[in-house]
Amino acid sequence: MTATAAHEQAPPGPSKGPGPGQRKQRRLRIPAKARSIGLPYLLLVPALLFELFVHVVPMVVGIFMAFKELTQFYIRDWGAAPWTGFDNFKLAVDFNQPVGKALLHSFWVTCAFTAITVLCCWLLGVAAAVFLQENFKGRGLLRAIFLTPYALPIYAAVITWAFMFQRDNGMVNHIIHDQLGLTDDRPFWLLGDNSFVALTVVAVWKTWPFAFLIVMAALQNIPKDLYEASAIDGAGIWQQIRRITLPALRPVNQVLVLVLFLWTFNDFNTPFILFGDSAPEAADLISIHIYQSSFVSWNFGTGSAMSVLLLLFLLLVTAVYLMLTSRGRKGENV
Amino acid sequence: MRRLRAAATAVTVVTLAVTASGCGGGSSAGGGSNNSPRTLTYWASNQGPSIEADKKILTKELAKFTQQTGIKVKLEVVPWADLLNRVLAATASGEGPDVLNIGNSWSSSLQATGALLPWDAKNYKAIGGKDRFVETALSATGAEDKDPAAVPLYSLSYALYYNKKMFADAGVSAPPKTWDELVAAGKKISKGGKWGLAAEGGNLSENIHHAFVFGKQHGADFFDAAGKPTFTSDGAVAAVKQYVDLMAKDKIIAPGNAEYAQNQSLQDFANNKTAMVLWQAAASTFKAHGMKPSDYGVVPVPVPSGTPDTGKNTNSMVAGINIAVFKNTQNLKGAQKFVKFMTSEDEQKLLNKTYGSIPPVKDAQQDPAFDQPDTKVLRETLVNSASPLPNVPNESQFETTVGTAIKELWADAAAGRAVTTSSVKARLTKAQQQMPK
Repeated sequence: MTATAAHEQAPPGPSKGPGPGQRKQRRLRIPAKARSIGLPYLLLVPALLFELFVHVVPMVVGIFMAFKELTQFYIRDWGAAPWTGFDNFKLAVDFNQPVGKALLHSFWVTCAFTAITVLCCWLLGVAAAVFLQENFKGRGLLRAIFLTPYALPIYAAVITWAFMFQRDNGMVNHIIHDQLGLTDDRPFWLLGDNSFVALTVVAVWKTWPFAFLIVMAALQNIPKDLYEASAIDGAGIWQQIRRITLPALRPVNQVLVLVLFLWTFNDFNTPFILFGDSAPEAADLISIHIYQSSFVSWNFGTGSAMSVLLLLFLLLVTAVYLMLTSRGRKGENV
Repeated sequence: MRRLRAAATAVTVVTLAVTASGCGGGSSAGGGSNNSPRTLTYWASNQGPSIEADKKILTKELAKFTQQTGIKVKLEVVPWADLLNRVLAATASGEGPDVLNIGNSWSSSLQATGALLPWDAKNYKAIGGKDRFVETALSATGAEDKDPAAVPLYSLSYALYYNKKMFADAGVSAPPKTWDELVAAGKKISKGGKWGLAAEGGNLSENIHHAFVFGKQHGADFFDAAGKPTFTSDGAVAAVKQYVDLMAKDKIIAPGNAEYAQNQSLQDFANNKTAMVLWQAAASTFKAHGMKPSDYGVVPVPVPSGTPDTGKNTNSMVAGINIAVFKNTQNLKGAQKFVKFMTSEDEQKLLNKTYGSIPPVKDAQQDPAFDQPDTKVLRETLVNSASPLPNVPNESQFETTVGTAIKELWADAAAGRAVTTSSVKARLTKAQQQMPK
């Protein structure tokens, strides 16, 4: 960074406002060279370097791999893997062939899973936050309970769900079949079509507290007198929610929904812990699907091509979403 | 630079959601060096009841090795579920251990990566020669036309364990020798919440092991001589169908077994819920569940007719663990010494006794410990009637694709959907199309 002599630096300790005549001494001296580059950029360098190594380099490497025939024969020296041009991409999007067909199926499963999960998380989060706005006895306890799933280690939580969903000894079947008699037979939850339900339930359970937390924080910023004024004007609770709470939450919701979407679409932990290496077809999320194509089938080139396609899709969705939502934000202070 | 690439590898693996890829490329030439002759790193597979137990068992033995040679061994016990991925990451980055254990069925797949030291005549001579080992164990160390990629360490095979009390209660007098007898006995037992046979439907490797043996009994292989998949041959389809039909048609396996993947079968067996399991070495687990050796019997896995033999009367795959050396080791001599130590007669006896497996080293097999009722069956099966899984580079993908197909068929059977020749063939066709070209 900048080299300044020790005696020129400001004395340590709490800073007081600059008195007259001190202003010059207290200013950090910046060499002219640094100033010509621009100090802000210099200060950004460490963050940029980390970003480069943590995200950009692997991403570029992944894109590079998508154009290679990277199988087990070449992983030791992947520079030597033959170039295949767009073959990996063609294989991934040839929907008449099994690889492409399976990827497309997985994509639709992921879309459905994401839509349902994000919607449920958002509804639950907003409902719980609004409900806990009023001060009543036991509010702190409820808050703590609601946030529990978010605080638990993900592996332990999901593996517990996996045990609960077991057909023969699981708690879920024990309740719905043995005690309530809702089903004629013990359904499977981790196999076949029901696996989608199990996956969605666990994903909502572990994600909605985040929505709750964010909305709860946003609600603190809504001035109380708005509600009081509307109450005097005769507004009921529903009108208050519709005309005060939701509009005030809009900027927060826009970011919240985007984050929930990205997290859910890329969720790897939940299906992996629930189903292991091979998820049932009904719950074959794209993250698991790509993992399987790469790490289980040892076909890293095709896996990378699928990843690149996924990245492009998510970038596109995010860009469109931000464009749509920023229109409504113009003129607002967010 | 290599370190940087290795770091990139680790990061890449972590950021799976963005880029599913592993990178690196420590391409070292030839067969290792002796730059650091005083140390070795060793990845052991988890063989015992827990990682901690394994650490205890092996640390004691490694101390002996250090005393003999002055070489310090850094030990890491790797859980089964992670081992293959760890080996792949080590291969890609060139940052692996010197010596490691691998599942013997992965030998050909890992051989194809070129990361493992080939055991040519010279390297075998350094550990006391190839002829010390049992032939069947050597058959699962890599492709037939190449120098082996690994050395046998612990051998196993399948046997049929049966619950004596449940047999007596159901009036079954003798353990079954053929599949027809097994189905008949199973039908007698499968009543009132009790079941004849167990399966681990969610465990892909288990599915493969049994499908492979049924395949052999139908005269079918899952790969042709050129290493191309032949999953949809009549024999292969019939084999898979026969296995799944034990639940779908014969109804001697509980539907709940379709989702078993954590050895719940053994618990059911110990709790008198299931009368028979096909397993590799279950004695120590049964003991942990409170069963006495007198509570169960052990016989060879059934065959279509006659007695277990080779060819159509194969009744087990050659199961077990091999020990391998990374080609880019910095301590080649030390690694060879270590493999020699681990395959020495004394260590073989001790370790295989501890883990309930069979020594692949001939001299060690003579120990009376391997002549107990259960180990005797496992040993004789291994020597006389076991075949190695396909020694092809795509073996690991075969386990995934066909294993998953069978898992889906179990799910069909459990849900009461029909399992027909055409539905089996459809699943296997999909599996075959997913194989790398």
